[in-house]
Amino acid sequence: MSPTFTLDGKEVPFREGQTIIQAAHAAGQWIPHLCYHPEFKPHGSCKLCTVTVNGRHMASCTTQAAAGQVVESDTEALNGERRTLLQMLFVEGNHFCPSCEKSGDCKLQATAYDLGMMTPHFDHFYPCRPVDASHPEILLDFNRCILCSLCVRASRDVDGKSVFALSGRGIGTKLVVNAASGRLADTDVAMDDKAIAVCPVGVILKKRRGFAVPIGERTYDKAPISATEE
Amino acid sequence: MHEAGRDVASALPPILARWRQDPTALVQILRETQEALDWIPPEAIEFIRRGLGLPHSKIEGVAGFYSFFHTRPRGRYRVLFADNIVERLQGSAALMERLCRSLWVEPGKVSEDGLLSVDTTSCIGMGDQGPALLVNNLAVPRLTEARIDELCELIRGEVPLAEWPAGLFAVEDNIRRRDVLLDSQPAPGDVLRAAQARARWGGALPNPLIEELRTARLRGRGGAGFPTALKWASCRGAPLAAGKSRIVVCNADEGEPGTFKDRVLLTTQADLVFDGMTVAAHALGATRGFLYLRGEYRYLLDALQATLARRRAAGLLGRGILGVAGADFDIEIHLGAGAYVCGEESALIESLEGKRGTPRNRPPFPVTHGYLDQPTVVDNVETFACAALIALNGGGWFAGLGSAESSGTKLLSVSGDVERPGVYEFPFGVSVDEVLAAAGARNAQAVQVGGPSGTCIGAAEFGRRIAFEDIPSAGAFMVFDASRDMFEVARNFTHFFAHESCGFCTPCRVGTSLLKNLMDKLANGHGSPYDFVEIEKMNHILQQMSHCGLGHSACNPVLDTIARFRPAYERRLSNPSFEPAFDLDRALAPARQMTGRDDAGAHLAIHGEATK
Amino acid sequence: MSEPAKRKLRVATTSLAGCFGCHMSFLDIDEHLFELIELIEFDRSPLTDIKEVGECDLGIIEGGLCNAENVHILREFRARCRKLVAIGACAVNGGLPAQRNHLKLTEILEEVYHTSPGIAQGLIPNDPELPLPLNKVHPLHEVVKIDWFIPGCPPSGEAIWKALTDIVAGRDPQLGFGLLRYD
Repeated sequence: MSPTFTLDGKEVPFREGQTIIQAAHAAGQWIPHLCYHPEFKPHGSCKLCTVTVNGRHMASCTTQAAAGQVVESDTEALNGERRTLLQMLFVEGNHFCPSCEKSGDCKLQATAYDLGMMTPHFDHFYPCRPVDASHPEILLDFNRCILCSLCVRASRDVDGKSVFALSGRGIGTKLVVNAASGRLADTDVAMDDKAIAVCPVGVILKKRRGFAVPIGERTYDKAPISATEE
Repeated sequence: MHEAGRDVASALPPILARWRQDPTALVQILRETQEALDWIPPEAIEFIRRGLGLPHSKIEGVAGFYSFFHTRPRGRYRVLFADNIVERLQGSAALMERLCRSLWVEPGKVSEDGLLSVDTTSCIGMGDQGPALLVNNLAVPRLTEARIDELCELIRGEVPLAEWPAGLFAVEDNIRRRDVLLDSQPAPGDVLRAAQARARWGGALPNPLIEELRTARLRGRGGAGFPTALKWASCRGAPLAAGKSRIVVCNADEGEPGTFKDRVLLTTQADLVFDGMTVAAHALGATRGFLYLRGEYRYLLDALQATLARRRAAGLLGRGILGVAGADFDIEIHLGAGAYVCGEESALIESLEGKRGTPRNRPPFPVTHGYLDQPTVVDNVETFACAALIALNGGGWFAGLGSAESSGTKLLSVSGDVERPGVYEFPFGVSVDEVLAAAGARNAQAVQVGGPSGTCIGAAEFGRRIAFEDIPSAGAFMVFDASRDMFEVARNFTHFFAHESCGFCTPCRVGTSLLKNLMDKLANGHGSPYDFVEIEKMNHILQQMSHCGLGHSACNPVLDTIARFRPAYERRLSNPSFEPAFDLDRALAPARQMTGRDDAGAHLAIHGEATK
Repeated sequence: MSEPAKRKLRVATTSLAGCFGCHMSFLDIDEHLFELIELIEFDRSPLTDIKEVGECDLGIIEGGLCNAENVHILREFRARCRKLVAIGACAVNGGLPAQRNHLKLTEILEEVYHTSPGIAQGLIPNDPELPLPLNKVHPLHEVVKIDWFIPGCPPSGEAIWKALTDIVAGRDPQLGFGLLRYD
């Protein structure tokens, strides 16, 4: 008999060493997230997966499950706070969904749909983030970067390359590539790198593949992200 | 470029050699490169990349994190005015303007001839003798118009910094009240001999030295007040993998605006601090220690290195301390480079490891997985000084000082509207009133205790006491008299937190900027009650969702001043309906300029027509 | 108990820095238009050609703010309408026009009228009849208080119908899965 905690009133079993989000997803209970990815070390930066554990706000991707925890996630208050975080991400970058080839497959967008975000609410920062089209096969559109660092982790920990890294600080934090020129074309990135496949938004795009899937058949067209993802 | 290449070829090899080509010393290598070349040119990054075997992206990531590193030329003279609110109220902005006007340079930019740049930086720990600035990371305190003019002459004359009058860089200690800590001058070796008499070097738990700390009820002086004995015992008890050591880190990243007591401790009591670190090494069996000194205190480095050398020569540091076999411990000094967040212990450790100063996910805590995954104790400068005195005089003696839950004394950095700013050592439990009286405060309306992340109190609460059981404090004590606008104080602090947010987590990265923008909106006359709701919402998100203490406390000054000085806000919420954050008429200025128009249709009223 | 005859909601609509696509989508509610006209009456709108906004219950605004005239109209709507709805991507986040925001307006005008060959003979139009462009494009909520938002480029007729029926019924509009779209 494995130990359990309760999530929104339901018993969730867990194995020793599992985080709350891992146990919840294994039990089929959805917790929204962006920087968490089951294949990578938990990062805990986007804070979308924040739940309350015995009343305290904790990131469920970095908090170990423990027997008897009372975890709340799908509450009006927490979903409201998550919507605010999403709004922060939307105004921080330049997210123009109608002209983005990731639209319909974008986790930021799908999560915002799922949480009913009707407006970005805050004043937009409209930062200047030039795109990098130097690579013959891959486009980098930094306007959409949410700094989840999944590509950083994938390139470093899986591909063993460090093609991507974060630089800058605070609101000036930015994604950079591993080349003195600052151009992706001058890195050793390869098309089958994990880092190329892992971007949850529309930053890392394979060229000439945009809009290939018709509207209505994209990843999150048929069902909300909470019912689509593992 | 050729010239930069030549400079790199001569400057970089000794720097890399000094740091043993060690990638974990990347922050120090970048700092010394910046010092040697005035910036970090691409050729230097390339040289470091090859020398350390690190990816370019990692070096760029680290160089981009710290305010004092520049990957673009910033001039041979880099002048940074401290933007501490106390110094701002003392007229630092006008002094900066004077310097800029005199030298024909715009704030934030590099002069056209590439000679200098002028900008602001966060508090540099000179609040008792401000306004102050840093020139190439060396502090110049007690600025006056005359001093600014002198600096201008030196810069205009391109006089090398080494030839500037030493008096410009003279920092005063301003010790105004001494108690046991500032009064103690143990003879060299006394503390360590006392420690050795109490316990065996690296002895197992229960370790008598740690037990003395427990008896003393010593709590960390960095603000949080964690019991030191518990921290040391957790570290001592943590399993140690083969080839690993326990690590002692002294947190001298004194970045909280308004505090400077560690500066004074490291100037006047450096031996006591190093004694305390060595006592920790004794209790933990640690072999390696670090002093993480904030970059703003670069001017202390040579004297501190000399003190360490003297201690090594006296057998108080190095192999076989006091002649005891196996008592091996040494201390390295690492400098910060302009990142307040590195005062958070896990961010500090990241920085020590040569990385961006991003706070780690915890658990695991540093006491089990700290520097390079080794059990690590990180304590405040003052905590180590206290630990040294406890090793010398015993825990019972220490426990008799101070108040019920806060034993010992506390160093307070008193600045602002007082006659005698400086360092005051009081037993814990001293009332705010007593401190104000000692410092010669007149007509005080507010005290920011513990800096922006601490507590702001009004006159009605001046009877409260500095102690963990009442108002805890890391040491800052900023006094504002009745003429000061507490909204502007809070607004300065929101700028500070936005500048210092590391950018790791969404709520703090974006929220501190949004909060700053909201405060600016009020300051610019665009505030409405609607914005007040937004400020409160931002406070909530920062407090509940942030990754570390920086985000959690970033709204404290706003919350405290709203609670105590609400009229200062209400005055600024006078627009009955929503107002944009920007000036709509000014938003037409570029178009007016380009078209040459100035007719009525080329303008927009500040407030909307016919509001309902 | 007999229901008193409900007064129809008076509604004004306009398109600012938009493409009228949201208005076109509005017409896509098709047969619901017959139901809608039982519930609302139009004031100023491209559908009525009334030029001035009267006192209204609801203002529905498509497009963001790219020039002084947009600001005047938005302020007029805010003053005369009890509730305002921002409809479509441009009204909600600036949309396509806002993609000029990372460029300096002076450089844009320079490029369009001075550098590139064109019809203006190298002169930037300065007729007082023409509204001056703002240095940046803004979504509506950055300039006036907006009560509700219907995102989408454009929102589908179905989404518009759902939002309007919510509003008419006195509820905050909610668009569930499939209706809430940003593209």
